[in-house]
Amino acid sequence: MFYRESGDFKTKYVDDNQTFPIKLDRLGYYAIIAIAFLVVPFVINDYWANAVMVPFLILSIAAIGLNILIGYCGQVSLGTGGFMAVGAYACYKLMTSFPEMSIFFCVLISGGITALVGVLFGLPSLRIKGFYLAVATLAAQFFLVWLFNKVPWFYNYSASGQINAPERAVFDFLVTGPNATAASKYLFCLVFVFILAWIARNLTRGRVGRSWMAIRDMDIAAEIIGVNPLKTKLSAFAVSSFFIGIAGALFFSVYLGAVEVGEAFGITQSFLVLFMVIIGGLGSIFGSFAGAAFLVLMPVFLKNVMVGGLGWPTDIAAHLEFVIVGGLIVFFLIVEPHGLAQLWRLAKEKLRLWPFPH
Amino acid sequence: MKSRKLAALAVVATLASSSAIADLVFPSLSYRTGPYAANGIPFADGYADYFTLINQRDGGLGGENLKLLECETGYNTQKGVECYESTKGEGALVYQPLSTGITYQLIPKASADGIPIHSMGYGRTSAANGKVFEHVFNYPVNYWNGASVAINHFLDQGSLDGKTVALVYHNSAYGKEPIRTLQELSKKHGFSLTEIPVDHPGQEQKSQWLQIRRERPDYVIMYGWGVMNQVAIQEAANIRFNMENFMGIWWSGSENDVIPAGAKANGYKALTFHNTGAGYPVFADIQEYVVDKGMAAGAGDQIGTVLYNRGMYAAMLAVEAARTAQEIHGTMAINASQMRDGMEALEITEEKMAALGLAGFGPSFSVSCENHGGPGNAAVQQWDAAAKKWNLITEFTPSDMDVIGALIEEDSAAYAAENSITPRSCS
Repeated sequence: MFYRESGDFKTKYVDDNQTFPIKLDRLGYYAIIAIAFLVVPFVINDYWANAVMVPFLILSIAAIGLNILIGYCGQVSLGTGGFMAVGAYACYKLMTSFPEMSIFFCVLISGGITALVGVLFGLPSLRIKGFYLAVATLAAQFFLVWLFNKVPWFYNYSASGQINAPERAVFDFLVTGPNATAASKYLFCLVFVFILAWIARNLTRGRVGRSWMAIRDMDIAAEIIGVNPLKTKLSAFAVSSFFIGIAGALFFSVYLGAVEVGEAFGITQSFLVLFMVIIGGLGSIFGSFAGAAFLVLMPVFLKNVMVGGLGWPTDIAAHLEFVIVGGLIVFFLIVEPHGLAQLWRLAKEKLRLWPFPH
Repeated sequence: MKSRKLAALAVVATLASSSAIADLVFPSLSYRTGPYAANGIPFADGYADYFTLINQRDGGLGGENLKLLECETGYNTQKGVECYESTKGEGALVYQPLSTGITYQLIPKASADGIPIHSMGYGRTSAANGKVFEHVFNYPVNYWNGASVAINHFLDQGSLDGKTVALVYHNSAYGKEPIRTLQELSKKHGFSLTEIPVDHPGQEQKSQWLQIRRERPDYVIMYGWGVMNQVAIQEAANIRFNMENFMGIWWSGSENDVIPAGAKANGYKALTFHNTGAGYPVFADIQEYVVDKGMAAGAGDQIGTVLYNRGMYAAMLAVEAARTAQEIHGTMAINASQMRDGMEALEITEEKMAALGLAGFGPSFSVSCENHGGPGNAAVQQWDAAAKKWNLITEFTPSDMDVIGALIEEDSAAYAAENSITPRSCS
């Protein structure tokens, strides 16, 4: 009925290779981009920006980054929180050391620094795999958090060990600090999400992505056909950490504004991003968004319904929230072990055949 | 797409939850879940019950109904931000987040929105400098006062020259606060300071206490919270550390912290800035108007415990500040900026406390434009394990303001420079 390829003729190879070959998909994508850039900034308020959209966008970047590492290259990592902390502290040091530097470049350079740290901690992946690698990256998580707590240079010797984001503007619009408007914060994050998701999508479709997937599917076979495991694994760590570092920098500077490393970037943060990737779907960019949306929006939504809508006591609501979100995770993974992205893929398959499934 | 659908549903839910702004709104960012719930629950109950009492007994404050907006943070900063954003539009008058991490988070936000924060005995210590922190208050005491009063108490037992003091602290902004003060004091009094961090949540402290057992410090000061306190006191008992020389900050001195260690916790000391026990007329009123009517926030069995009393005390100070604001501005329906003026002009006297049914409960103090921190007097209380009771063993004594005043000046100046704030003049 709708969502068909029929009548959508491709006359050039470029057309055939595009990201969204089906017209309805493509239109939907354009519509979402247009709404996100042109409509949402005008209607967003403080609550929506600070409690929903900004964390969703930032954690999407982190989820895409981790998905590159786990979903595309098959290297399990539990160090996400630690790498986000590297991005955050790099951003803080850059912001305070070079006050005239644009925040945009601060965030980008923080990503670069995180990429270097990521490569360093990715080195063990050349020798160990699977659960053993997960434990090695867990060490990174604890080491990095410990480091940022221990060495006062990282937090400019402040009494409490907290880092605070000074005010910075892009084109005269404040994006960090308390006076930044909801729309500017949202747009700043959205620009990063758009560029990075675009890069990630195209990286994973190209030669680099294919070599990652070759390593993921069978590293010995990949090596035999000429994929260099050192370059491939370390490039996955570098790109993944770059994304996660940017997410960390934004998380600190735009979203929270003040950060305490053990609390914001602890092991729970690592697990949160890992769950996003698993629930969303390994090896899928859309899945990263879906997973982030699920784990960011769901608790806020449940809280608003139970406390705001139904007027239940906050503690019961908080406990029920855990139960419901946990139950949904189990339910989704039983119904569809490949995550929300696979559900979406199946829905599309069904739509293409509907109403004649045979 | 899924996210959009959820977002749309959430819009509906948020719209449905917004209410009239006719009441005086006091948000309570509480935590009744998570590793700090044992301490968060009695505080939140005390806070809530006092507002209910004012509504039930006095028919509100100056005829205005007091409305408590509770929001669960789980002691988590991200949830704290969500709570702040969701409640600030409802006419919130003052925020008391009961978490140093969330306080740090909210200081710039609330200052920009013009809503006062009262971090009573926690938060950013240098916020006591009202010239820089116009919207932040931390009367009647702060962390640095606490550290100094603890050292003064040890000094009363003899010179500290050449002795060792260990600081066991929650490895977070909260726990790190006293370090600078203690370092200054160690120079002044000639003791050496050992810093022993405990990571969140503090369930496991074997190595820290092994270190204490090996190094044998003369005194241990603890800045702990939640489950960390119980574990530390238990471990101290296990290594047979003399409880007389073990002192907690006021957040490490509730019944929840000492009862698990049983008789071995006998003699443990903690600082406090208010009294304990249920022997004040106000609690009889709470019993009559709130608990007996089935309107208590909790089960009603916490009355008189340290943290319930502290929550009640925090609510009492908020209500008194609102009353002051109503008097200053001559209107009953005050807003957040008028509330701020009320907090700055707050004066707690003996007579006022007696009139509230709280004679001798806490120190009398006044807040001013320069000084948002109050006088900083604290007392030492000691646990009697047999009677299961905290006893005050000193008066509310002042701290070493020579050292602290300079540090507050320095730290707030650094904050002002970092955030390009010009300190306002207070004359």
